[in-house]
Amino acid sequence: MTPAVWIAAAMIATVVLASTTGEVFTAAAMKSIGDLDVIRERAGLGGAIRAVLTCPLFFVGVFFLAIAFFSLLFALNHLNLSLAGPATASLTLVTNAIAGKFFLKENVDRRRWAAAVLVCVGVYLLAH
Amino acid sequence: MHQHSLSPRQYVILGLVAICAPLGDSCLSRGMTAMPPISVAHPGALIAAVFTPWIALGIALLIGFFASYLTALSWADLTFVLPATAFGYVIIALLAKFWLHESISLERWAGILLITLGVGFVAQGPSRTEHPAPPVNEPERKDPDVKEPPAKRPDVQEPPAKDPGVKEPGIREPEAKEMEA
Repeated sequence: MTPAVWIAAAMIATVVLASTTGEVFTAAAMKSIGDLDVIRERAGLGGAIRAVLTCPLFFVGVFFLAIAFFSLLFALNHLNLSLAGPATASLTLVTNAIAGKFFLKENVDRRRWAAAVLVCVGVYLLAH
Repeated sequence: MHQHSLSPRQYVILGLVAICAPLGDSCLSRGMTAMPPISVAHPGALIAAVFTPWIALGIALLIGFFASYLTALSWADLTFVLPATAFGYVIIALLAKFWLHESISLERWAGILLITLGVGFVAQGPSRTEHPAPPVNEPERKDPDVKEPPAKRPDVQEPPAKDPGVKEPGIREPEAKEMEA
């Protein structure tokens, strides 16, 4: 493979890894907080915002999502949108299914694997 | 609190997640491709990019997306929310066809079909993992938490005891799968 291909792959891998890490931490934070709709009914919108902003895990997640965001901006600036957009969006679905199973202990049954793979290929075809 | 069937408001939130994310992304990419190439040596240019109109609009949409996304994650699994909200790409493609009269290639129709199928798969299942309850419509599997000690290779580095009971303390009701969405 040519160096340009490796650079493109590295940019995409950075986005995918950072966004998977960020999403797992964010999801863990939101799980630990509990149903936001319920919190909002009890404590109002301010209470819901406070519940989120006082959760340290949330900021770890946001930190990685911010890295993912800026590396996506960087990648979009250098790579073709028809490559970077669908590649990052679709790969993230599969890495998240793996991370959700191992780190969040979500029940990723065959139904969810099938969904992750179908949506991954579908997003790629659609956005390509 | 009922975990498996979603309320209309929860569908609205999933819809917002689905719509805001691809719209915001399109605004971002439109803004970024219009900019001159940015090098690693001048990352400050990325900050300046935030204040151009398309990127600012994209960020506003993505903030809306993020608020609804966080809400969705507070009552549903990550591995449910992500595939389910990928349906937004389909909505955007269909809007582009019927509203902007863009043509959809065969490849894209295939993508639409696959995403719709995938969303159908997750939507059939529970939106949240109930740790004690196995999925009902799966063929009976062994409980993954049950250990099978004798067959294990000696070099596995697993801790000796798992603690299946630590996460999600409050939720215990074994619910049947319901609600074909």
